[in-house]
Amino acid sequence: MTPEQAAKTSKGYLYFPGCSLRATGVAYEESLVELFRLLNIPLVELPDWNCCGATSYMCIDEGSAFLLSARNLSLAHTVNSRDLLAPCAACYLVLKKTQDYAAKHPKIRTQVEESLARGGLPPFDGVKVRHPLEMLYNDVGRDTLKSNVIRRWRGGRIACYYGCQAVRPYDEVDTAYNPMRMDELLQDVGAPTVDYALKTKCCGGSLTGTVHEVGVRLNYILLKEAARKGAEAIVTICPLCQFNLDAYQAEIRKATNEPIDMPILYFTQVLGYALGGDPKKLGLHRGISGRDLIKRWFPAHEEVEAYV
Amino acid sequence: MSERNGIVRIGVYVCHCGTNIAAIVDCKAVAEYAGGLYHVTVSRDYKYLCSDPGQELIRQDIRDHKLNRIVVASCSPHLHEHTFRTAAEGAGLNAFYVHMVNIREHNSWVHENREAATKKAQDMVRAAVRRVVFHQSLEKVRVPVHPDVLVVGGGIAGIHAALTLANAGKKVYLVERQPTIGGHMAMFDKTFPTLDCAACILTPKMSSVKAHPNITLWAHSDVTKVEGYVGNYKVEVARRPRYINEDLCSGCLECIEACVYKEPKFIDEFNMGLGKRKPIYIPFPQAVPQMPLIDIDTCIQFKSGKCKKTCVQACGDRHAIDFSQKEEIRNIEVGTIIMATGFKAFDARRTPYYGYGTYPNVYTSLEVERLVNASGPTAGDVVLRDGRKPKTVGIIHCVGSRDEGTNRWCSRVCCMYSLKLAHLLKEHTDAEIFNFYIDIRTPGKGFEEFYQRLLSEGVHFIRGRVAEVTDWALDPTEENKLVLRVEDTLLGTVRRIPVDMVVLSVGIEPHEDAQDVRRLFNFGCGSEGFFLERHPKLAPVSTFTDGIFVAGCCQGPKDIPDTVAQAGAAAAEALALIDTGFVEQEPNTAYVIEDECSGCKTCVPMCPYSAVYFNADTKRAGIHQVLCKGCGTCVAACPSGSIKQHLFEDDQIFEEIEGVLTYA
Repeated sequence: MTPEQAAKTSKGYLYFPGCSLRATGVAYEESLVELFRLLNIPLVELPDWNCCGATSYMCIDEGSAFLLSARNLSLAHTVNSRDLLAPCAACYLVLKKTQDYAAKHPKIRTQVEESLARGGLPPFDGVKVRHPLEMLYNDVGRDTLKSNVIRRWRGGRIACYYGCQAVRPYDEVDTAYNPMRMDELLQDVGAPTVDYALKTKCCGGSLTGTVHEVGVRLNYILLKEAARKGAEAIVTICPLCQFNLDAYQAEIRKATNEPIDMPILYFTQVLGYALGGDPKKLGLHRGISGRDLIKRWFPAHEEVEAYV
Repeated sequence: MSERNGIVRIGVYVCHCGTNIAAIVDCKAVAEYAGGLYHVTVSRDYKYLCSDPGQELIRQDIRDHKLNRIVVASCSPHLHEHTFRTAAEGAGLNAFYVHMVNIREHNSWVHENREAATKKAQDMVRAAVRRVVFHQSLEKVRVPVHPDVLVVGGGIAGIHAALTLANAGKKVYLVERQPTIGGHMAMFDKTFPTLDCAACILTPKMSSVKAHPNITLWAHSDVTKVEGYVGNYKVEVARRPRYINEDLCSGCLECIEACVYKEPKFIDEFNMGLGKRKPIYIPFPQAVPQMPLIDIDTCIQFKSGKCKKTCVQACGDRHAIDFSQKEEIRNIEVGTIIMATGFKAFDARRTPYYGYGTYPNVYTSLEVERLVNASGPTAGDVVLRDGRKPKTVGIIHCVGSRDEGTNRWCSRVCCMYSLKLAHLLKEHTDAEIFNFYIDIRTPGKGFEEFYQRLLSEGVHFIRGRVAEVTDWALDPTEENKLVLRVEDTLLGTVRRIPVDMVVLSVGIEPHEDAQDVRRLFNFGCGSEGFFLERHPKLAPVSTFTDGIFVAGCCQGPKDIPDTVAQAGAAAAEALALIDTGFVEQEPNTAYVIEDECSGCKTCVPMCPYSAVYFNADTKRAGIHQVLCKGCGTCVAACPSGSIKQHLFEDDQIFEEIEGVLTYA
């Protein structure tokens, strides 16, 4: 299906993978694609996309960041899509920020539009930036999701971790203080969630690469508190959160002598498996930490059983 | 035109208002310009026209130059129209020959270019000069004032206003929404800064209300309709059923004892849900009126009709319990109304980061008032919801106050009541207490001294707005505690303070239905929802609707002394109206030219004040002059143009428009 065709079918969605989903967050893209296939919703990649303009660009040159971001929005415009799904929280935030700033500051809008026009690209507003969590919650709906569940949950309790960028400062994905939409969706497929006070606290972001000790300490706080609340795994909606929480557990074990080994999953993986998805296609084999638990919770050989 | 109105001699006066106007508008140039206009006999500029010499200047000119029209270019007519009209009357000129031009709010305060502002002032004055030629002599209408007063709300404000008026011999209707009077003050334990017991000073006043021959107390009732105007309001009050006959009940409360529920089982509203009550209950022991009521949502008789009705048996021959009681409508006539509807405590769930509703040991200040109260649900024993006694307490100030995310205003009482609660909690539990504040505000009699006392009692004060209350523990000392994360702005560091109990000092905000109430009574509200006083300094208890006064927290956050003072002031304003015996009404009313009226009745339903009627004998419309507020709706609606309005006649308006548009 071409992007144009997808946009024309009322159910289809255009999505913007961004760099993370092609690198550390491959499992996120795999599980997202698989989940949409299981839900029978066409999902098409934005053609010729480029860097969203997040972190590095935004703090060095806002103008360039806005333009990079706007080019992607403009491309979505050319295929007549109403929505642009941005699974990565950083992409989501910078795309929304670009539209917001352009709406509030005519100078930014003019600059960006002029630059786009030089490249022969149309305006960039009119496309609604969406996050898959909010899209699944609002467009697909809890009832549809529930009625498609064909596997019984066999795992333990889960801490839902939303991170910072998807819920702040824009509140369309969920509220910033006690977001519950991911909790609700996971409960709908049978997974019990714990009351997790740190669900929007900092995961360390890029500090794990720059001021390493600080970044890892923030990770440690999140992992420890999840365990303290009785969670055996953490589920995220952001590739950077997933990577940070997943990648440094061995280091934390060594430093603290605490037996932390916890699977860090994407919400699309959990939902996809409940809907009958193949663990490998959902990227469940890619996790670094808690591999034994993942194998137990999401067995591949298991026949798809009717969920009663 | 001049012939119809005799020889017109206009005096134009341009006020400097100190530098308020003169700094932007060249007042002298405006006066000189006005001097050259047709009909203008005298024109002057003056530093303060509202001053005595300023007014005398106008009076002298009227006498010396036989002026019969006055144009004053100064501030808003809201402020000084009355002043200048009275001045003109002092020199024998009818007050309605005076017209004001607002060159302050409409000109100097909003402009920066002196030349353009001066030109605009000249245009405005020219318009007024052309308008005032067509003014006519008008007479004010005198309306008698009904001596009875309605007080809405039975908190300390309403109680004090009602007693003041009743003691002065006036008949008062006191309408309260709750089943008892007393309001928020009845819930408090002690009052700052003197620490005298709230109940001890309030309940005697509550009893006097009930006992006073001049007060009719209707609790558990709502005002449902208000019609009329100053001096003559017609009010409908709906008395909700308590299912207890007030005339037969002796207040023995044996029915409560006898209820089939042996133990209290349902959420007790008065104790903020910390205690329990039965379906038949009295809000608190000293409630006034001293009689129970039945909650139909929990009473078995109302839910299933199959109760043994042990309460009825206990009541015996008195037969005071009446399950078939219906809402009663009472219609009263009053001359003045005092609004004392109070406030709503900020809903702490709106600040989810403080964990109210999530963590059981997070309390609001009102809950703690009940918790430390000897007649509260725990008889004054401070026990947490999980049964523990707190060893450490954190009190967070400014919850729902001084906050861009919720309410921007300072609630004025929270600093002081937080200090009071800190003192009481320390007294009751000997706990270590931390206050988290933005600023400590103690501007009242004895307030700063109380703060100093608290400092010497060893209560901790941490300057910083708490970021969150959470239960995640970093180390064993934080296990099973609530952790307050806060930037200590005096130390310049982020701190984590583990405590057993958190008290949220919630602010004061308007009732949710404040807008509905003010529409019902037809007066104004500020943007934040508090009732609007006529002038923030000089008419603090009046509203823009004559005969309606405000007192207490419905007008804005305030403490008990200020509330009582304001209630007394509102009562005095009402008394002034009642004892004058009449009010004078502005003659800016609409009137029908009967010869031209076709009797089409278009105007009759248009009037928001029911002032327009249809006279079946003459088949013409008519307008009650005392009911008309001069809104002009009927004037605009009349298809034949046969309704006109004093001070807004067609020729006056058109001349004014032409005047402002003419380039001179």
